[in-house]
Amino acid sequence: MNMIPTNYYLVLSAILFGLGVIAFVFKRNIIVIFMSIELMLNAVNLAFVAFSQAMGKLDGQVFVLFVIVVAAAEATVGLGIIILTARNRQSLNIERVDLLKL
Amino acid sequence: MTPQLGIFCVLAALSVLGALSLILQKHPIHSALSLIVVMVSLAGLYLLMGAEFVAAVQIIVYGGAIMVLFVFVIMLLNAGVEEYTNLSKLAGIAGIPLTVALAGFIAAAIGRSGEAVQAAAQTGAVSSTRGISTMLFKDFVYPFELTSVLILVAILGAIVLAQREK
Amino acid sequence: MSSFLSTNALLIITLVKIALLLFIILTVNAYLTWFERKVVAHIQSRWGPYRVGPHGLLQPLADGLKFLFKEDPTPAGVDKFVYFLAPLLSLALALTSIAVIPFGPAPIHLFGRDIYLGIADVNMGILALFAITALGVYGNALAGWASNSKYPLLGGLRGSAQMISYELSLTMSVVGVLLMAGTFNLREIINAQESAHGLFGWQGIFSWNVFCGPLPQIVGFLCFFVSAIAETNRVPFDLPEAEQELVAGFNTEYASFKFAMFFIAEYTSMITVSCLCAILFFGGWLSPFPATSTWAFTHYLPSLLLIPFGLWVIWDGIRYETILGRLILPAVGTATAAAGAALLYFPQVNEFIQGPFWFLSKVFVFLFIYVWMRGTLPRLRYDQLMNIGWKLLLPVSIANVIITAFAILKWGAR
Repeated sequence: MNMIPTNYYLVLSAILFGLGVIAFVFKRNIIVIFMSIELMLNAVNLAFVAFSQAMGKLDGQVFVLFVIVVAAAEATVGLGIIILTARNRQSLNIERVDLLKL
Repeated sequence: MTPQLGIFCVLAALSVLGALSLILQKHPIHSALSLIVVMVSLAGLYLLMGAEFVAAVQIIVYGGAIMVLFVFVIMLLNAGVEEYTNLSKLAGIAGIPLTVALAGFIAAAIGRSGEAVQAAAQTGAVSSTRGISTMLFKDFVYPFELTSVLILVAILGAIVLAQREK
Repeated sequence: MSSFLSTNALLIITLVKIALLLFIILTVNAYLTWFERKVVAHIQSRWGPYRVGPHGLLQPLADGLKFLFKEDPTPAGVDKFVYFLAPLLSLALALTSIAVIPFGPAPIHLFGRDIYLGIADVNMGILALFAITALGVYGNALAGWASNSKYPLLGGLRGSAQMISYELSLTMSVVGVLLMAGTFNLREIINAQESAHGLFGWQGIFSWNVFCGPLPQIVGFLCFFVSAIAETNRVPFDLPEAEQELVAGFNTEYASFKFAMFFIAEYTSMITVSCLCAILFFGGWLSPFPATSTWAFTHYLPSLLLIPFGLWVIWDGIRYETILGRLILPAVGTATAAAGAALLYFPQVNEFIQGPFWFLSKVFVFLFIYVWMRGTLPRLRYDQLMNIGWKLLLPVSIANVIITAFAILKWGAR
C-alpha cells in the first residue's frame, strides 16, 4: 500500500506552525491573533496524527481529541473576554489594549 | 505520482494557501473563512491517514462549532477592516525572513531524518473509532473526566462573562 | 477505449450515479414544492396551484423559469465574496449529504458488475452526515452578515444560533440507535434491524429500531424529528425566515437565482433528514411485513398500488377542464398503470423494486408530516424555541442515551 512518508506531514505541520507564528506576531486585530493560535494548535494536531499513523498506535489520535476539546474550552472563554474588552475600549486593535486604564 | 500523493499535494497546498490567506486578508471575516478552509483540508489529510474519527470530530467541533463562534463574535462586534499602523518596520524587515528561516530549518531537519520515522504497517484490524473509544475509556479515563470538568468550567465562565450588569 | 472503461469502471459508474441522483433530487425538490403548496392549500380549504398545467403540475417549471429570468440585483455595500459564497455553500453542502444515503439493499447486477445502490458506502456514514450538517450553519450566518442590512443580520444570527443549538440534541438522539447497531455505517444499521429480534419475537415492522431491541427508540425518534425540523428551519421553528417578523430573514437581499439556491438547499436538507429518519429508526428499505414465505404476497403491493392509481388518474384526466389536461393526465395515468403491470410480468424487477419502494414510501410519509406541520402549527417565538432546544430536548436525548446503554448492558444489543 503506497503510504505517504511521515516526513511530508511533519514538514507541512512545521510550515503551518510557522505561518501561525507569523500571523500571531504581525496582526493587530485581537480576533485574528486568536485565530492564529487555533492555526498553531491545528498544526500540532497534524503532527500528532502523523506520528500516530507512523507508529501504528492510536495514542496520538486520542491526544488530538483532547487538544480539540481544550481548544474549544479556551476559545469559548477567550472570546468572552475579547467581547468584554472590545466593549469597554470600543476597539479591536491590540495596540489600544496596552494600559490597564481604559 | 500515485493518487494518494496527488491528493496529499492538493490538500497540503490548500491548507498552506489558507494559512497565507489568513495572514494576508484585511477583513477578519475573510481570515476566519481561510481558517475554515485550513481546517477542512486538514480533516481531509486525517482521512488520508486513516484517522476517520478524528477527521469527523475536527469538522464537527473545530469547523462547525469553534469557527462558528469566531464568526459570530466577528459579526457581533462588527469588526471592520484592520487599521494600518506603522509601528516597527524592523519587525517586518527582520522578522519575516527570520521566521521563514526558522521554519525552514525545522522543515529541513525533519525532512532529512528520512529513515528514522517510517510508517508502520497498517493495523486495519480494529477500526479507528473502536480503538480510540477503547483507549479513551480504559487507559485515558482520568484525562477524559478531567476534560469534562474543564468544559463545565468553560461553560460557567462564558455564562458569567456574558452577564449584563444588573 | 473499452480498456479505459474497464480499468476506471468504478469511477465512471460513480459519475453516472452522481449525475442521475442529482437530476432525480432536483426534480423531487421541484415537485416537493408543488406537493407542499397543494397540501397546505387543501389544509386551508383552497385549491393551490391549479391553472399552470393540469392540477398545477407544471407550476414548478414556471417557478424555475421565473427564477432564471428574474433580475438579480446585488445590493450596495455588500462584501461581494461572502455574498456570492453563502448560497453556493448552502447548496453544495445540502447536495453533498445525499451521497452517503443507501437507497436499496444488495447491489444490482448490470454490465457484469455489482452496482451498489447509493453513491458512497462510507464506514462512518452518520459522522459524515453530521459533519456536513455542522458546516451548513455557515450558509445561514454568512448570508445574514453579507447582506449589509439589519433584518438579514438578525435573521442570520438567530438562524445559525438555532441551528447549532439543535445540532446537539440531533446528534445525541441518534446515539441510542448507534449503540444498538454498533456501527456508523448506514447500510449496516439497516442490516442490523433486519436481523433483529423484534418486539415479542415478531419480525417485520417490529424489528425496526423504533419498536424493538432492548429499548424501543421512540423517544430518540421524536427528539431526532423535532431537532431536525429546527435544524432545517421549518415551521414551527422558522422564525429566522418568517415573513411577518423579519421580512424574509437571512435571504431578504437575495433575489432570483441565489434565492433559488437557498430554497433548493432547504428542501434538499428536508429530504435528507426524512431519509435519515427512515434509515435510522424505521428500517430503511425493509418491508413492514416479515420476510417469510407466508408474507410473500406482499411483494405485489407496489403493483397493487400503481395500477389503481394509474387508472384513477386516467379516469380523472378524461373529464378534465382544459384540453392540455385531457392529453397529459391520461398519458401519465397510462404510464403509471403500465409500470405497475410490467412489475407483475417481470418478477426479478419486482424483487429488485421492493427495497427502494419501501424506502421511498417511508421518505414520502415523513415529507408529508413535514408539510402537514407547516400547514397546521403556529410559529414558535425565539426564546420558546431556544428553551425547547436546551432545556427539553437536550436532557431528554441524553437521558435516552443513558437508559439505552443500561438496557443494552442488561439485555444485550439485540
